[in-house]
Amino acid sequence: MRDVAVVGIGIMKWGELWRKSFRDIFTEAALNALDDAGLDKIDSLIVGCMSGGLFVGQEHVGAILADYIGQKNIPAARVESACASGGLAFRQAYIEVASGMSDIVMAGGVEKMTDVSGDGATYALATAADQDYEVFHGVTFPGLYAMMARAYMKKYKTTRKQLSAVPVKAHKNGSMNPFAQYPFPIKLEDVANGVKVADPLHILDCSPITDGAAAAILTTVDIAKKMKKPYVRITGTGMATDTIALPQRESLTWLKSTELAGKRALKMAGRKITDMDMVEVHDCFSIAEIIVTESLGIFKKGEGAKAAARGVTALDGKIPVNPSGGLKSKGHPVGATGIGQVVEIVKQLRGDAENGRQIKGNPKVGMTQNMGGSGASAVVHILEVA
Amino acid sequence: MFPSRIWREMPQRYRLEAAVCKKCGKRYYPPRLVCAECGGRQFDTYVLPEEGKLLTFTVIRTPASQFSDLAPYAMGIIKFDDGLQMMGQIADCDIDKLKIGQKMRLEFRKIQTDDTHGVLSYAYKFIPKWY
Ligand SMILES: [Zn+2]
Repeated sequence: MRDVAVVGIGIMKWGELWRKSFRDIFTEAALNALDDAGLDKIDSLIVGCMSGGLFVGQEHVGAILADYIGQKNIPAARVESACASGGLAFRQAYIEVASGMSDIVMAGGVEKMTDVSGDGATYALATAADQDYEVFHGVTFPGLYAMMARAYMKKYKTTRKQLSAVPVKAHKNGSMNPFAQYPFPIKLEDVANGVKVADPLHILDCSPITDGAAAAILTTVDIAKKMKKPYVRITGTGMATDTIALPQRESLTWLKSTELAGKRALKMAGRKITDMDMVEVHDCFSIAEIIVTESLGIFKKGEGAKAAARGVTALDGKIPVNPSGGLKSKGHPVGATGIGQVVEIVKQLRGDAENGRQIKGNPKVGMTQNMGGSGASAVVHILEVA
Repeated sequence: MFPSRIWREMPQRYRLEAAVCKKCGKRYYPPRLVCAECGGRQFDTYVLPEEGKLLTFTVIRTPASQFSDLAPYAMGIIKFDDGLQMMGQIADCDIDKLKIGQKMRLEFRKIQTDDTHGVLSYAYKFIPKWY
């Protein structure tokens, strides 16, 4: 396999973008990535999109997007793994370049979620759960994570304040991210006083509904060197799956797919979790970030919430988690989220993070963890400086 | 939801049929065609117990549209004595008094009405045992 690098990244301002269409938001991110790499041509496109069909009635996403980004006739595929679709697109693009099939591949992600009502979005997102044995009975996505939160909080005696520390930290970081949907700080009491969505989760425990897109350009390290542009190496990729239905899992307070995807990516990179200078993880809900940081081995079982409350995961903490603002503040356009995480880690490794968000001490290794559904899919990548 | 989709789930939703792997004894609800533990493809059918213990729960306050008349409503995961776990709604309860570990009994209830085809679909709900 060939060594693979990221030579370009592109993102756009995420939010409720009523004036912009599905194809336009992706094109904006894709053109930014091409400009960043100094390229006008790619060999192939892989794009993550969870549900073009339910959100905008558009399937056949690969072809329409290849055409609209100005790359007519190239091979193009859409991949889907619920909210991990973006991470999966990055992994498939990596495989395509590493294998020698293509030299320059764009890994993209896109979701246009506000062309449907809140009900419609709830319905579309719920298709990532077991339709016949979870959704049929009336569960929603916040409901699934709320059940994990209840079990976790009882088991480890977690307080409301400890849980609230996660979104407060996310918004603090996101307030420095010019591309974030909600770039403003919030207070601990704002989280506790917010309207309940699915007990014990309140509205500010939950990531928002977002329109957004992101893209990355992958090529070989050899080609990247010749391009004389700053590049970042992809040293590890790992993916794992688990039962889609939450009741069928061995544990309600552990994410086995994240544990396995993390171990696989670390093994490939020849790294330990303690080597990471920062991580971007899938904080679709406050409880998700806590269980993910434990399942990746950053914290011991039951220590994730306490560590977040102590500031260990802050921008200036021992291990910064979600310097971008995470899904919570930056936004969660489901198919684009995994690529958005890559964009942040590449910026941090290049020293390009905006507005004082740059982690001090020249970070050299970072990780992304992107997750689908209530954790039935997880994709982890390790990125390192050239 | 097209009627056939509801009709084909009747054995497990109406009669609570689960499956046990003939080779390794692993239990499944809903039943499957191949055992995820040992690869066995032969199963015995058995009927789930009518009682389980509440492992975790939530109160859904922003449901999908077909459940909006019910909100807020409780949902949880129960565990049977034989180790199997399932998710469902918790009915006939005071949502402020639910507790992890509570005994729940299964009852046959209407789950939802399909707007397009007018089909009523039924299955189990969990009822706290002292009601
Ligand atoms: Zn078996």
